[in-house]
Amino acid sequence: MRSILALLGRDVGLSWAAGGSTRLALAFFALTVTLFPFGVGPGAATLAKVAPGVVWVAALLASMLSLDRMFETDFEDGSLDLLAIGPLPLPLLVLVKTVAHWVSTALPLLVLAPVLAITLQLESTAYPALLASLVIGTPALSFIGAIGAALTTGLRRAGVLLSLIVLPLYVPVLIFATGAVDAARNGFDTAPHLMFLGAVTLVAVVVGCWAAAAALRLHLE
Amino acid sequence: MHKFANPTRFLKLAAAVFPWAAGLTIALFAAGLVMALVFSPDDYQQGSTVRIMYLHVPAAWMALFTYTVLAASGAASLIWKHPLADVAGKAAAPIGAMFTALALVTGMLWGEPMWGTWWVWDARLTSVLVLFFLYLGYMAVWDAIDNRATAGKAAAILAVVGFINVPIIKFSVDWWNTLHQPASVFRMDGPTIDASMLWPLGLMFGAFNAYFVTVLIWRIRAELQARRVRALEDLLVRQTERESAV
Repeated sequence: MRSILALLGRDVGLSWAAGGSTRLALAFFALTVTLFPFGVGPGAATLAKVAPGVVWVAALLASMLSLDRMFETDFEDGSLDLLAIGPLPLPLLVLVKTVAHWVSTALPLLVLAPVLAITLQLESTAYPALLASLVIGTPALSFIGAIGAALTTGLRRAGVLLSLIVLPLYVPVLIFATGAVDAARNGFDTAPHLMFLGAVTLVAVVVGCWAAAAALRLHLE
Repeated sequence: MHKFANPTRFLKLAAAVFPWAAGLTIALFAAGLVMALVFSPDDYQQGSTVRIMYLHVPAAWMALFTYTVLAASGAASLIWKHPLADVAGKAAAPIGAMFTALALVTGMLWGEPMWGTWWVWDARLTSVLVLFFLYLGYMAVWDAIDNRATAGKAAAILAVVGFINVPIIKFSVDWWNTLHQPASVFRMDGPTIDASMLWPLGLMFGAFNAYFVTVLIWRIRAELQARRVRALEDLLVRQTERESAV
């Protein structure tokens, strides 16, 4: 337990520190959302309609952007080898590092997302659903992303390959999450969407930890 | 199955099967195409456009089937560490991607006269498009990693993860939007297609399968030979190094 907390604290600390990915992800998220009114026009009706999708796609890309540092920096300086021979089994190690990724990139987005949604004229009735979908759905992004990050650790041009691996797997998350927000906008029940989103997240946690651990083991040999 | 994981034994078997598979491919395509394009009746609503289906439906089936092959060889590679499983996956992926692309393109050609548009963001179209990207990702992993053993294992992990995700993607996209017609061949109460159309469809399905087996054997052989060439080259380099050292 102590080693879990130590690793979690170290990873989150590194992300928050100068040169870490947290601020970059936040800036990227805000900028991407800002681009959409220029692209689709400033009309309030249009913006409100695309708002759930825009916020979610931007959050998804921001979360993906910081994936390549998940194992890469530790792999380069050799600390990943040390962690691997440490007391934690590899899947648990992946779990802790992925939770750290979620805490350091997705959690800050949660704070920023409603603010950006206001600028996109999202109806006030949709905010609980937006926040709930982000809380339930973003862990899935981190865990699916962990598989891609582990597979591409130590490769040249890892970034592009990572997006090619990860983005198709993100589709269900995006569908159920924006479905929930859209349901709330139109006055429907959001529970079915959120429950499916939760199911996707749970599958992602289980599959992600083991698959990413198996992928890391390849690069550690 | 374990018996044929040995490349030499596989090559012997493949050499025996290959001419038959190739011949069957040609025969079935000849019969199937003639029946589908000439002798089968026009649809009462779609007219001759229905003939696109004789390519489209088998291609879509094979796109899914090949991904299953990919995942199965990935699982075999991870569980039993069969050297041939990696090669089979690598060889199957571009064929599957080709089937997927063919299903998409023929679907678009059919959609324009029938639905009045080349593309709709319908559930099946979208999930097949995502499947195409899954194939591309799998092939990109093979390309990106130089060490073949590592590349094979990494691609195997991705294939298995992707296979777990295919039904989830399928379900989520169905939930999201549906315009495509429901299944009409594999149904509990029997097919709803008339025999005059089912026969050419069956022949084309057989032709696509035979084509898959033929090209798969071809590509596995080529890959094994490429590996042998590279091993010989490595040997030659080491020999010349040793001689120059002396």
